[in-house]
Amino acid sequence: MLEDVKLAREQRISVTVNGKVHEKIVPVRLSLADFIRDHLHLTGTHLGCEHGVCGACTIEMNGRSARSCLTLAVQADGAEIVTIEGLRAPDGKRHPMQQAFHEHFALQCGYCTPGMLITAIELLRNNPNPNEQEVREALSGNLCRCTGYQAIVTAVLAVARGQSAGAM
Amino acid sequence: MKPAWFDYYAPRTLEEALRILAEAGHDGKVLAGGQSLVPMLNFRIVNPTVIVDINRIEALNHLDIAADTLTIGALVRHADLLGNSRLREGWPLLAEATTQVAHPAIRNRGTVCGSVAHNDPAAEHPSVLVTLDGTVIIAGPSGRRELPAEQFFTGMLSNALDPGEMVMEVHYPRPSAGTGAAFVEFARRLGDFAIAGAAAILTMRDDVCERARLTIVGMGDGPFRARAAEDALMGRRLSADDGHDAFAEAAEKVIAAVQPAEDVHASSAYRRHLAGVMAVRALEAALSRAGGR
Repeated sequence: MLEDVKLAREQRISVTVNGKVHEKIVPVRLSLADFIRDHLHLTGTHLGCEHGVCGACTIEMNGRSARSCLTLAVQADGAEIVTIEGLRAPDGKRHPMQQAFHEHFALQCGYCTPGMLITAIELLRNNPNPNEQEVREALSGNLCRCTGYQAIVTAVLAVARGQSAGAM
Repeated sequence: MKPAWFDYYAPRTLEEALRILAEAGHDGKVLAGGQSLVPMLNFRIVNPTVIVDINRIEALNHLDIAADTLTIGALVRHADLLGNSRLREGWPLLAEATTQVAHPAIRNRGTVCGSVAHNDPAAEHPSVLVTLDGTVIIAGPSGRRELPAEQFFTGMLSNALDPGEMVMEVHYPRPSAGTGAAFVEFARRLGDFAIAGAAAILTMRDDVCERARLTIVGMGDGPFRARAAEDALMGRRLSADDGHDAFAEAAEKVIAAVQPAEDVHASSAYRRHLAGVMAVRALEAALSRAGGR
């Protein structure tokens, strides 16, 4: 039979989140987003649409951005994850992208911000000097219903150009 | 918006995965990137009782560029194709289409083979595979078999896989010299599902079109190969001067052939109109990139 490869409906996983290793037993159908929010109580990761459209739940997994609503928690076994709570420096200083969002009024209600930040940071890692169109393209999978995006684009460009106080 | 219960398997070899899939039959589903399957699980549009997560099968994570064929294994993500200059030079249609697949975070997880297997009518990869005369390599309980792309896609969100089978690889033959390619699509928001799109390749010799392939995206059932338009172009002189008339004629044939569905995003008539526009744009770009002129 298949019992040798079958995993129970609950499984023990070990996941590193923001540098801290968590060992937990989780249902196999649990999303990574719900794991982060409900099991680790890191509620900075937001859930909007729960089907991959809005981008609010975007986290970094093994160095790449990912929708945590479209990933199962069991799939993150052994993975390294960064959420918005992991962006601040150990001394409490904001990440340069957080600082730029702050300076340029790039958030209003803040619901989309965690996903925006993770996405914007990945963009500058892959393309340190993007033009405005490239920033808009990179952020196209993250919905914001408050800002009209302009301030967000300005903040990302400011970090790229070293024009923010907290520039990378 | 939470999936129903399923049994979850995470095998480490293809053989194990096939054993589980064979036993599961109709109840089994392969999970690779999960960017289409997991939304459908969350919506409970599909309720497989067995999920076979192939992400830990390292042997499926390979991208091989050979002299005549590009091979993409089942775990290769869209993002793995971007930034590969050898791939872009040999298969520019695939490279250009991949930049238009959804958004960065989706491209990081979603796989090429998964997109092919899913066969969403608005997706890029099925049409690219058809346009490039690609082959789907299928693994199943009775071994491996190959299907030409056009035989693999059998209708809306449907493919030729039998229960217990999975897509193991896709193969793309290298386009011949003198070929120009272009992939264009139109969406309300960048990265959204395309309302319409087109994939075109033109092989030119002395300003004459030796071979034309044109596939329309987003028209209902899956990749729509515009054969009448292709026939109208082959053997024609297509210089900058007289290409325009030929492309307008090809667009007319596309518009006459497609039968797009109507939905909240666009009426059937608008989609048909866009199919023609996309066809002309793709053909013009392909011609400008083709050699042999």
